[in-house]
Amino acid sequence: MATGEDHKAPPYMLVFVVLAVFTILEVLFAFTPLSTVVKGVGLIGMALFKALLVALYYMHLRFEPKRLWLLVVSPIPLIMILLVVVLKEY
Amino acid sequence: MTTFAAAADRSPMAGMKVYNLKLGMWVFLLSAVMFFTGLIGSYVILRFAHPDHFVLPGEVLNVPLTAFNTFLLICSSVTMVKAFAAIEQGDQQGLKTWLKATIVLGAIFVGVQIWEYTLLTGEGFVPMADSYHTVGRGMPEDGPVIGGPLYGSTFYTMTGFHGAHVTIGVLCLCFTLWRATKGEYTATSHGGVEIMGLYWHFVDLVWIILFTIVYLI
Repeated sequence: MATGEDHKAPPYMLVFVVLAVFTILEVLFAFTPLSTVVKGVGLIGMALFKALLVALYYMHLRFEPKRLWLLVVSPIPLIMILLVVVLKEY
Repeated sequence: MTTFAAAADRSPMAGMKVYNLKLGMWVFLLSAVMFFTGLIGSYVILRFAHPDHFVLPGEVLNVPLTAFNTFLLICSSVTMVKAFAAIEQGDQQGLKTWLKATIVLGAIFVGVQIWEYTLLTGEGFVPMADSYHTVGRGMPEDGPVIGGPLYGSTFYTMTGFHGAHVTIGVLCLCFTLWRATKGEYTATSHGGVEIMGLYWHFVDLVWIILFTIVYLI
């Protein structure tokens, strides 16, 4: 079964190396003497970048029809509403 | 064309331009995103509300061990995508080899997590309020208790549900391997491998987020 339009093979091993390097960087960064806010923002940023790589290349989202992208990003507004509304309680 | 015949036809739907199996898996994964968002969101909110229950990274949880486990899961994502790439080329043996590697790595991940749970519970890191008496890694048993039962509750709930997803994924991979040994997948018909890959990569993606939020922040 074809996954979508024909495309050249994604750089799986390159993505793996980037994921491994960023995992090491995350662990090292977590124990630096910076403020919790700075570390939190940096670590979440790195985690989201890694997650994006997995979604785009390993889950082949980059090569899927744009209509599927719309479906995939549809929970994001719901997630924002969930977090923001409940966080306002504190 | 009957409804059954239409479902068996793996042509892309006119609307979404992906075939039914793949669309169904994506919709399921999006529901799982909302599920884990609820868990992680609860953890974040409880941490803001009761910071005295939580401690700094590494004080209770074993970060090096879990970093190694994270690396294992990333490796299993690579082997899974290699399995898919193999069957795209019609390489049946390659598909089976890489599926076996994925199963082994996934099983090791679950095993390490169970071992981590036994170590943590032995150190008093449990969800229950009455029996919570964690003194931190490397500290004497009669040391001061750090954190609170909310930490254990949120930790075991989030990682436990993720571990259950990984376990189910390993079982499904075994089923996929069994079908592969029967020669059910070919270069022109391997939707089952693709959707299994989607699930497995999703499990890896969730762990990438969980590991960062639970172990490193």
